[in-house]
Amino acid sequence: MTQERTSYAMIAAVLIYMAGLAVAASATETEPVANSGRVPLPVIPIGEGDSCVEDIDFMRRNHMSLLMHQRDETVQEGIRSKQYSLKECLSCHAVLGPDATPVTAASPQHFCRSCHDYAAVKIDCFQCHASRPEPGTLPADHLQRSTLAVSPATHRIE
Amino acid sequence: MSLKIKSMDVAETPGFDPQRRSFLGAAAAAAGVALAPGVMLYAITKSSPTKARALDAAASSDVRWGMLIDLGRCDSGCDDCVTACATENGIGGHGRPETDPQWIRKIELTDPQTGNSKSLPMMCLHCEDPPCVDVCPTGASFKRADGIVLVDKHTCIGCRYCIIACPYKARSFVHELVEDQKTHAPRGKGTVEGCTMCVHRIDADRQPACVEACSDTGGGAMLFGNLNDPDSEISKRVARYASQQIRADLGLNTAVRYQNL
Repeated sequence: MTQERTSYAMIAAVLIYMAGLAVAASATETEPVANSGRVPLPVIPIGEGDSCVEDIDFMRRNHMSLLMHQRDETVQEGIRSKQYSLKECLSCHAVLGPDATPVTAASPQHFCRSCHDYAAVKIDCFQCHASRPEPGTLPADHLQRSTLAVSPATHRIE
Repeated sequence: MSLKIKSMDVAETPGFDPQRRSFLGAAAAAAGVALAPGVMLYAITKSSPTKARALDAAASSDVRWGMLIDLGRCDSGCDDCVTACATENGIGGHGRPETDPQWIRKIELTDPQTGNSKSLPMMCLHCEDPPCVDVCPTGASFKRADGIVLVDKHTCIGCRYCIIACPYKARSFVHELVEDQKTHAPRGKGTVEGCTMCVHRIDADRQPACVEACSDTGGGAMLFGNLNDPDSEISKRVARYASQQIRADLGLNTAVRYQNL
């Protein structure tokens, strides 16, 4: 029994080591595209800070409800709290393009698009809303503060 | 039956008279400021609403935002308010005046008998009883608690009834794709839009862009403030000097008033 446990632990350690190698390898690639299956997995861009406004699992399933709730409060009642505002999402999750300015939803690298393209869910937010923070409003240390990097392999949508 | 219920009955009667509703409302509030014969502004506020509202607090009906525009100081050659509005809200045209959206425009009024001419900025006048809200089939056209008349573009279907209903031609339809919007002013093809009184600025305790531009580089003709606060500059000015509404005969009680018209 003890032996079995030890071997499991060793296998786990090897797996973790290999996963680490894989992450390091993908990080050095110029075009990080995850091609582990038939359909390329989305490359989810990073966001600022250590955590999102809610757990990642919660956000994956419920971000649309939070945004819908907030939008009505903001437009109709003038409540402009920042916790669940679209503007804050776009600022924190801004992806910088080759010219070091945030990309718009026209780019497949855009935070919202990277997942929505994969899930084939069309959103119409950006027919009216700006899809990136206004030029010059992004903090200079945006990239340094962006620590929510998750490798494509572990960021799989289930 | 209380006075309040009575006034609601009046409002739902076909062909109701807003003047009469004003009278009943004023009687209930027992504190009104007479602006002109038959026109009342209510002073029912308890606290001073000039204090900045918290980010998570809703707009309150203690406040009614309004503007007073002194046409004696509005130069016919100046369009700083129009430019400031376009810059602030990201309104760009395509060189097609018939279909390009406009939130504020300068118009010339000439008395045909004397030839006397006035230039005035025209925008959404933020009526107390807005016809655009009455006709909207989806509830997208609405009046916020603090009197600002807005379009909720999430529910606007682009039917344009409000454009037809508005006596001031204050609303525009967005005919073409819009890109690079301002983050505070979402705008998109297929919806109706109009002056928001720079609601994003008001919520941040700032003045509308046109008013700011007018005092910075224009003639200082525009005054913005809370009509419900008797101590505000605008309330004092409308109480002291004669001011007028455009098409006052419609009884809409506009929040934007003009002086020296």
